[in-house]
Amino acid sequence: MISDTVVELSRWQFAATALYHFLFVPLTLGLAFLLAAMETVYVTTGRQIYKDMAQFWGKLLLINFALGVATGLTMEFEFGTNWSFYSSFVGDIFGAPLAIEGLMAFFMESTFIGLMVFGWERLSKAQHLIVTYLVALGSNLSALWILVANGFMQDPKGAHFNPLTMRMELSSFTDLIFSHDAQSKFVHTSIAGYVTAAIFVAGISAYYMLRKRHVELAKRSFRMAALFGVLATAGVITLGDALGFVGGHAQPTKLAAMEALWKTESAPMAFNVAALPSQTQQRNLWALQVPAALSILVTHSLDGTVPAADALERQAAERIRGGIPAVEALKRLSKSPTDAAAMAQFKAHEKDLGYGFLVQRYAPDLDISKVTDADIRKAAKDTIPLVWVIFWAFRIMVGFGLLMLAYFILAVIYTLRNQVQDKRGFLYLALWMIPVPFIACETGWLVAEIGRQPWTVYEVLPTWMSASTHSVAYMVFSLSGFVVLYSIFIAIEMYLMVKAVRQGPDEPAPSLGGGMPHAGPAGALLGRRED
Amino acid sequence: MEAYLALKILWWLLLGVLLMGLAVMVGTDMGVGTILRYVGRTDTERRVALNIIGPHWDGNQVWFILGGGAIFAAWPLIYATAFSGLYVVMLLLLWSMIIRPLGFEYRSKLPSQRWRNGWDWVLFVSGFVPMLVFGAAMGNMLQGVPFHFSWNLTSYYTGSFITLFNPFAILCGLLSVTLAMYVGAAMITNRSEGAIYRRAREVATWSGLVALLLFTVGGIWVSVMQGYHLVQSPDPASAQTPLQQVVELAPGAWLANYRGHGALWLIPASAYPLMLIGIGALRRGWSHLAWWLGALVWIAVIGTVGAAMFPFMMPSSAEPSQSLTVWNASSSVHTLAWMTGFTAVFMPLIIWYTSWAFWVMRGKVSTEQVESDHHAY
Repeated sequence: MISDTVVELSRWQFAATALYHFLFVPLTLGLAFLLAAMETVYVTTGRQIYKDMAQFWGKLLLINFALGVATGLTMEFEFGTNWSFYSSFVGDIFGAPLAIEGLMAFFMESTFIGLMVFGWERLSKAQHLIVTYLVALGSNLSALWILVANGFMQDPKGAHFNPLTMRMELSSFTDLIFSHDAQSKFVHTSIAGYVTAAIFVAGISAYYMLRKRHVELAKRSFRMAALFGVLATAGVITLGDALGFVGGHAQPTKLAAMEALWKTESAPMAFNVAALPSQTQQRNLWALQVPAALSILVTHSLDGTVPAADALERQAAERIRGGIPAVEALKRLSKSPTDAAAMAQFKAHEKDLGYGFLVQRYAPDLDISKVTDADIRKAAKDTIPLVWVIFWAFRIMVGFGLLMLAYFILAVIYTLRNQVQDKRGFLYLALWMIPVPFIACETGWLVAEIGRQPWTVYEVLPTWMSASTHSVAYMVFSLSGFVVLYSIFIAIEMYLMVKAVRQGPDEPAPSLGGGMPHAGPAGALLGRRED
Repeated sequence: MEAYLALKILWWLLLGVLLMGLAVMVGTDMGVGTILRYVGRTDTERRVALNIIGPHWDGNQVWFILGGGAIFAAWPLIYATAFSGLYVVMLLLLWSMIIRPLGFEYRSKLPSQRWRNGWDWVLFVSGFVPMLVFGAAMGNMLQGVPFHFSWNLTSYYTGSFITLFNPFAILCGLLSVTLAMYVGAAMITNRSEGAIYRRAREVATWSGLVALLLFTVGGIWVSVMQGYHLVQSPDPASAQTPLQQVVELAPGAWLANYRGHGALWLIPASAYPLMLIGIGALRRGWSHLAWWLGALVWIAVIGTVGAAMFPFMMPSSAEPSQSLTVWNASSSVHTLAWMTGFTAVFMPLIIWYTSWAFWVMRGKVSTEQVESDHHAY
């Protein structure tokens, strides 16, 4: 039995390292395409300023990219190091998209980013442009495969349990990759990356306009970012709505938590704009409601209903009762794979196996035959994830999404009228908007992953079983190590990023003291002009 | 299910190819990191060494990431058991690797001597430690790892992490470090001139000789240590778990495959002439050839281990009968088939564009060039 503390610490470690990694990924996804767009203008018009833009924003991309790559290594390791049962139980399905990501996407992105940085003098203009597009394509394909893997955790499609190998196995590769959850999630997430990059570029350009430095470069960068951003934000909201629609069908417990629905109601259902959910009392202590809005938002009709926590818990209890004989039969099959009676019993209850695992946690010595009704009630209650976090994380994400849309509409109007450089208030706003998409991305991750609890693979594998059987001491050691290392990393990254922005695209290189050669590294940082 | 059997063996070979790719490509960059402070005495010299691998380290590192991903996809039980069982060692490997991208990208971003010196040490640690752990992990596989499974295949590791750094494992670790230093130094000689070239050639010569010595001692050690022997197991072509076989330990059992198939001796034997010719080639200034011969030595060394262990992949010293083998640790036939398709399409593409990237960046990296190129590391 893995102690609850170890499972909790493993969850904290994974969440911390994934959220941290996800600070760098969205910016890379979007900035790579913005760079490609700038370079396209340079190659087609031959105007030097667009090359300066591509090179300057390219420097910032690289500072960000280094940490994205570094922290991505952690993610590739962490399933095995900390979620070993998860890895062996679903590795047959989950491992494939990760490996394909390496083959198809990561190799491409990483090989060509070297040429993108070092190849300006060695490649023709057209070759370099293609290389830049391949970097952008590679990073986005990378996101596709990661989200296919994540889509499987959210809505396990294309897989079945094989009692001979005691694990989940792939039954249809196409069902896996074309799962609706995976597809809408990929588009939603990668476009969220484009929004992040647009806000980042617009914000830093606004800073230059406020300081009246590099104004030409800043105005052009701002315009590209604003146009890119308004389209992307509209896309992200549309796809987010589609994702809610798809996810609501696949994961009713997550949807109930997102909307803080405790008791089943009849249509049309009211929408909780704000609420104070209490998990222990299973009700909202206070709520601000809009009548009928929930039915319209979620089911896109007036007579649709959304299942609430109480009904979902009753369904879960039923499935737990069905899962108990499945686990019993499986244990017998493990000893003698040819036991026909055990196989028949297993086949009859196979679909509820995950629910059997869910309640096994509460059985004395994990002996499922000793499960009581009280244990079943406890396990059924577990199927409702932590409501207040999901409810509020969702509202922050959506609220910030709408805020960004309004901001980009204004940005496009100002930039097309060529007045943005004079709107100082708006420029300050643009600067202060920089953290907003990052917070929206992180809260989106929280909704998706906390909303999936208590499962690592929805209705298939509970979280408590998934973790590696480490000691608490090991977990404290590794978690502390990550906290220390990652804190140092972010401090260095922010320092270099701020310094690079302050120095700007075409300041002269400062001389390097102590007998050091001139230019060189600092030139690289500053993105000095070629000519 | 003959197809399943063929796919299991194919993916065992492909895992070998990935480990070889990782060892050669990542090993080259990590070898450069390990010897960076020795071959480069001034800041500019170090920057020459870094810029030789600068355009390629990131792409090369994907061999490592793909290695992890492919073990996950094709050998999930091994990914799960090895990565969790060797937890502290894996963390050392990971932490030393995640500081490496920062070392490359951030080192030359500020002019301060202290800043750059600090990052040079980071690059040393992130070259030396991962290669040491890589070799030590292989050493532990040969010795067996203390793990066992419960009825539902939850793995439990029962050793302490100190035992993972036993003398034999450290010997394997140092073999891996010296081989990396050889290929790293050969890469530097191939693309530099002057003092840094001479120092790198010197490093390559002695690290190549030390590697041969360590390989010999390790080989003798393996021939007398406890090896594993599969006494009874289900049909190799069938789907199975590691709970259904009988395994025995015997001294010298790792030579059983060599005794059965004499031609296998060519694999370890080839390491000697390849390395000696490589060192000779360096003396004559044929650095390019020397690097390729070093790559072949890596292939021979990893091939030697693979040929000794087959069909074992991760033997259990705590519960030998629950050892992980090619027959009981693979993915399903369906997953292996899909993965084979993707590999057949993308691996040639990867090799093609990686070669193109090296071709574009070909030629010597000089001190003048590093000083004047503002894209340089």
